[in-house]
Amino acid sequence: MHLLYPLIVSAGLFAIGLYGLLARRNLVLVLMSVELLLAAVSLNLVAFDVWLTDVLRSGQVLTLMVIAIAAAEVGLGLAIVLQLFRQRATSSIDDLDTLTEPR
Amino acid sequence: MRVTRTVATGRTVHAAEAPSYLDVSGSEIVFILIGVITLGAALLCVTSRNVVRAALWLVVALGGLAGLYLVLTAELVAIVQVLIYVGAVVVLLLFGLMVTKAPIGPQPDLNTANRPVALVVAVAAFGLLVAVLIDAFRFAYLDLTVEGQGGAEAIGGAVFGSWVLPFEVLSVLLLAAVIGAIAITRRDVGSKGRR
Repeated sequence: MHLLYPLIVSAGLFAIGLYGLLARRNLVLVLMSVELLLAAVSLNLVAFDVWLTDVLRSGQVLTLMVIAIAAAEVGLGLAIVLQLFRQRATSSIDDLDTLTEPR
Repeated sequence: MRVTRTVATGRTVHAAEAPSYLDVSGSEIVFILIGVITLGAALLCVTSRNVVRAALWLVVALGGLAGLYLVLTAELVAIVQVLIYVGAVVVLLLFGLMVTKAPIGPQPDLNTANRPVALVVAVAAFGLLVAVLIDAFRFAYLDLTVEGQGGAEAIGGAVFGSWVLPFEVLSVLLLAAVIGAIAITRRDVGSKGRR
């Protein structure tokens, strides 16, 4: 298989995740877009690992670690979202603007 | 970067002799089909007006990604992907939607006013990445016939051999994340007067 196929699918996933990250308003939907970004990186890692036929399997092992870190990230992210929701009663990014510059 | 590689017959071929893009192999057809499903599901996930449907499209996208791993002969990674992403992460996200009382049903205001800018940035990133990748990896060819590259034996040996220290550090990180999540969400931590 040409290496370009996985690389282009991965670039597409990354671009879609980037769009979701910037365009979505709900915090949980933003977390989903981050998952898509991480998925794109993982696909790249696996494709390059298979291409290089690495003896240490570094790409695939790193993919497993990225998956574990993504799980930890979602757990912590949702904890923060939950606490924000308790304090502000909203999960919309537009309403969470206490750290922005005053207009 | 490998310029030459040895095929099963012992003959050495140059990377530039990889088959042309016009003669498409079976695994490439399967990869393209699953890739289209994955990208379509991802697109629906970020454009859906219904938050629960967005989470379910994410399941399709991540499941399709597991299929792509299988085509790339990374079997263990594919299984772990299904177990952790589809089994745990998406369930966690659905829980998150539930506890933040996300409304069921279509909503008109799920996108911020940044949407046109986001579209421009995403299209520009895609164009730039694809241009660079085509320029750099036009002649790179994956050999999917090598056996046992992504099986449990090879990956398990690598994880518990060369990569055992990062693996242990990762377990500490997971423990820290779990404790952090509990500490953030508990109501009686940090407030005066413990229950």
